[in-house]
Amino acid sequence: MSAAAHSVVVPSTTAKRVAATLVIVYALISMIPLLWIFATSFKTPPDSIAYPPKIVFTPSIEGYCNLFTTRTRQTREYIDALPAPTGFCDETTRKRNMVIAGPSNFLPRFVNSLVIAFGSTFCAVFLGTLAAYGFSRFRVPLADDLLFFILSTRMMPPIAVAIPIYLMYRELGLSDTALGMILLYTAVNVSLAVWLLKGFIDEIPREYEEAAMIDGYTRLQAFRKVVLPQATTGIAATAIFCLIFAWNEYAFAALLTSGTAQTAPPFIPTIIGEGGQDWPAVAAGTTIFLVPILVFTILLRKQLLRGITFGAVRK
Amino acid sequence: MAEIRVQNLQKAFGAFVAVKNSNFVVEDGEFFVMLGPSGCGKTTTLRMIAGLELPTSGQILLGGEDVAFRRARERDIAFVFQLFALYPHMNVRKNMGFPLLAQGMPKAEIRARVEETARLLRIDHLLDRSVSGLAGGDRQRVALGRAIVRRPKCFLMDEPLGTLDAEFRDLMVNELRELHNRIHATTVYVTHDQHEAMAMADKIAVMNHGVIEQFGTPRDIYDHPATMFVADFIGSPPMNFLAFEGTLAPGDRSVTVQGAPVAVPELREGATGGHVLGARPEHVRFDDASRLRGAVYGTEYLGTQQIVTVETAGGMVKARIPADVRISTGETVGLAFDAARLSLFEAAGGRALATAAREIAAREAGHG
Repeated sequence: MSAAAHSVVVPSTTAKRVAATLVIVYALISMIPLLWIFATSFKTPPDSIAYPPKIVFTPSIEGYCNLFTTRTRQTREYIDALPAPTGFCDETTRKRNMVIAGPSNFLPRFVNSLVIAFGSTFCAVFLGTLAAYGFSRFRVPLADDLLFFILSTRMMPPIAVAIPIYLMYRELGLSDTALGMILLYTAVNVSLAVWLLKGFIDEIPREYEEAAMIDGYTRLQAFRKVVLPQATTGIAATAIFCLIFAWNEYAFAALLTSGTAQTAPPFIPTIIGEGGQDWPAVAAGTTIFLVPILVFTILLRKQLLRGITFGAVRK
Repeated sequence: MAEIRVQNLQKAFGAFVAVKNSNFVVEDGEFFVMLGPSGCGKTTTLRMIAGLELPTSGQILLGGEDVAFRRARERDIAFVFQLFALYPHMNVRKNMGFPLLAQGMPKAEIRARVEETARLLRIDHLLDRSVSGLAGGDRQRVALGRAIVRRPKCFLMDEPLGTLDAEFRDLMVNELRELHNRIHATTVYVTHDQHEAMAMADKIAVMNHGVIEQFGTPRDIYDHPATMFVADFIGSPPMNFLAFEGTLAPGDRSVTVQGAPVAVPELREGATGGHVLGARPEHVRFDDASRLRGAVYGTEYLGTQQIVTVETAGGMVKARIPADVRISTGETVGLAFDAARLSLFEAAGGRALATAAREIAAREAGHG
């Protein structure tokens, strides 16, 4: 086998099978909580708190109905006097002696999450790319110290700076605004972006830009037409890392947002049902919340893999 | 096309001086090669002509205009990089059209120019291929095409054949020179390979430690090296050196090396102290009558010729002689030289002494 000749260690078939089994078992264990959430989102509220837990159940989209609506309790007579129910959600709600009062806040919170996460990811990657290019190509005075300073902003746990930021934001009128959250997440992510992207840009030979500059382009044009297209892998990998952070961030969001700019992570646990937590609705919210990041990651999985092994395969 | 005139060019990186007070002229349409070992400053000089490095001081005149401190894109030159620097995200056609796009040339004209250039280089069948799938020689041709397509004032090439294997390099050397003969573009070519330099150049500058040791035609540099460095760097095997002491006077036609008289070209200057006699291996003969003797140390058979190494009291001497001469190791031989072709150097500093042979060569070069 010619392909094997290039590999230092050729894994045997048995070794491959053992490795595959281990990976599958580990993946299953890791995925159980996610599968449980997914299953719960299709249970009825009584099924979701049944003991012993129900593995087999009749699926229902009641959780999703409750996630997207707010409901009020009414008397049987009032409900019976209403016109016929218009759909599954309407009907299910009435069976529980309630009527739909209007849409819930989930959709606007979800939109907030999208705006803030993608907005801050764009800003962090944009600034990070420019900074990384500068550090990679020019003799920046104190470059090493600056890079360390940039990295050091990530060394403190977020909760340590949460109170000062809260006070600053209150003074500046940035509390509970999408702009405030975008600025904050950009600030946190830009250090990661600079470091990751510097590595990727260092790998692109300078000759490409030099050739473009001799060919009659300005440095900025050369950057845009020659460096950027070759840095797309690195940019994509960096974007995923930034997005995952901004999408999942809970501590800052819980502290700094409460109303109009609240993101989905602090919102989802606040979905309260009749007489306790409405677990199917919470699970439905979590399931929907996972979708964008899942889609984004699957779309860019090759770049992500390269981002993870970044540094490990070179030199 | 244009003449390139480099005047008092200097480049320092902090305390390290990469290029010291360089002066040379590349005439319009000339193929000029900068030759030297790595780190000698040749690439730095080229990059300064290109505008990729700014000189510390000095002038670079391109067609009479001083461009030393202008941006690369304002100089109207083309550069071929050692690793070609073909843009991997563009196909061959886009790569070649990229410089024209910068000039804002209409699409149809770009297309026509790219196709015309591709035909010139015989790569028109590759135009729609991706550059990553190309073989080394084709990449080289595309890189050349990207340079030629713009019809710039001059071409600068930084070891463009360095990554090709030996067989292919010979082919590309011929192709490059043939191309030059057709388009007569002023070219500055950097290499550490003397064969490339000899085969292609109209003029060569041999550089060492940031200094141009010699500037001249390949023949001049080979036959009349200006310094011992040049004599040693050019030629394979390099020039033989035999050290001797003595006082030399203008008009002398003979020197004494290891007690033996050796006829040399008539000296035009006097000198005292340590000297070095330089003889190319092909100018060394075996002559039993000679008093300069040595023992045969080994032979290298090259087919039509052989290189015989002789151990003399003053060191090893290599002779290039016909392959059919029977020589056995250990045999004692007398060494004689082709007097008109010898060089003399100062032992300290390595500068060549003025002789009649050099004078004639200089006069011929002046007429040519």
